[in-house]
Amino acid sequence: MKTPTFKGYRRENGRVGIRNHVVILPVDDISNAACEAVANNIKGTLALPHAYGRLQFGEDLELFFRTMIGTGANPNVAACVVIGIEPGWTQRIVDGIAKTGKPVAGFSIERHGDLQTIETASRVAKQFVQSASELQRENCRLNELYISVKCGESDTTTGLGSCPTVGNVIDKTVAMGATASFGETSELTGGEHIVKAKAANAKVAEEFMKIWNDYTDLIMKEKTDDLSESQPTKGNIRGGLTTIEEKAMGNIEKLGKKTKFVGCLKPAEAPSGKGLWFMDTSSAAAEAVTLWAASGAVVHLFPTGQGNIIGNPIEPVIKLSANPLTCSTMSEHIDLDCSAILRGETSVDEAGDELLDVILRTANGRLTAAEALGHREFVLTKLYRSA
Amino acid sequence: MIEFLMHDDKDTVGVAVVDIKAGKQVNGRSLHGKAKPRLKALMDIPLGHKIALQAFAPGDTVIKYGNDIGKVVAPIKKGEHVHVHNVKTKRW
Repeated sequence: MKTPTFKGYRRENGRVGIRNHVVILPVDDISNAACEAVANNIKGTLALPHAYGRLQFGEDLELFFRTMIGTGANPNVAACVVIGIEPGWTQRIVDGIAKTGKPVAGFSIERHGDLQTIETASRVAKQFVQSASELQRENCRLNELYISVKCGESDTTTGLGSCPTVGNVIDKTVAMGATASFGETSELTGGEHIVKAKAANAKVAEEFMKIWNDYTDLIMKEKTDDLSESQPTKGNIRGGLTTIEEKAMGNIEKLGKKTKFVGCLKPAEAPSGKGLWFMDTSSAAAEAVTLWAASGAVVHLFPTGQGNIIGNPIEPVIKLSANPLTCSTMSEHIDLDCSAILRGETSVDEAGDELLDVILRTANGRLTAAEALGHREFVLTKLYRSA
Repeated sequence: MIEFLMHDDKDTVGVAVVDIKAGKQVNGRSLHGKAKPRLKALMDIPLGHKIALQAFAPGDTVIKYGNDIGKVVAPIKKGEHVHVHNVKTKRW
């Protein structure tokens, strides 16, 4: 298959983005107000308010910095204004984003107050957004994309239709040389042996099993009763899923038939090369997609059964469903209806080609359903409580 | 017209792709195989829910995707609804 092309934004570091955001990034919860004020002053900028960034420590703090720096560094971001209460952590995030070569500036509120900070930051944001608006899309190849995949509100139709369709696209795009990532450590339970067998070599398989075992140990330590009440979820059960094993088998269909995964990533860690990567993520949609966007993913494929409506401010989320009820009752959320697979009217391979077409149209600039509906869920993963 | 799909020829349950009514003769097809089973539905089975393609006794393993998806905890007749009331995970 010939590698398709699209018009994307080639960034200073050579990476390819499909959106051109100017982000106003708060370092901490108490800087959200200033960031939202700047975004209100300067049209075309995007504030990303969040709940954390104070008194975090250890691995949780490292994940926080990885997420903030990665979000600003994402190729879908043209430029970034960072605002924090104090200069130290603000500068650390600015320095991390600056490594990409993109325009970035930091401001701290202490000894200035909100109003002066908002004014100076707004003047810089205005320059950034005017420069970004002059950037032109140029020819890029599909294999320059970094694609993330995760499903939500699964039912048996995700395992039959929408997840295999994503798997088909993974097989096709990774064979062309694209980068891709899957995760959902918890929801691989029951099929972890199948995932292990999809590792490219024994070292990667061992690494995966260690991450999965560590997670399982945590669940077993914290659980208070029979987990069959919460996994599968009530929504999953309503959709016909009976056990965690059955849910995992459907989930794993997203990994494709032929593709092996080449490595394991920490949450929000950027892949160091091409191919399919496993990332240790939560299975909660907004948290997981925020981690992938921070790792540099520029487009997300999201199969849903009963109808998860998630979006992300940085990477467009393309939603597909094979559930005819969801496609008719929640049609405004669905970018690709692949229920024809269930009726035997189309093959998974044909549905995969349709999804590739939706990816290319999205990469060319067409808004996804979640973007048009204003879904911008930016949710940081917190490993444990703050000091 | 097919009323249910299987993932694999080895599967012992099928997934209803329409709302199936009790008493109806239903036709199935395997996505990645050749099997084309036909049987009588003994219960209503909603779209997305599973139909037993054979009889099961407690302790039996249910196969879907060609893989083990859990154990039977109550007797199931061929054509009955298979779900949380008669199948449980082996994990917890």
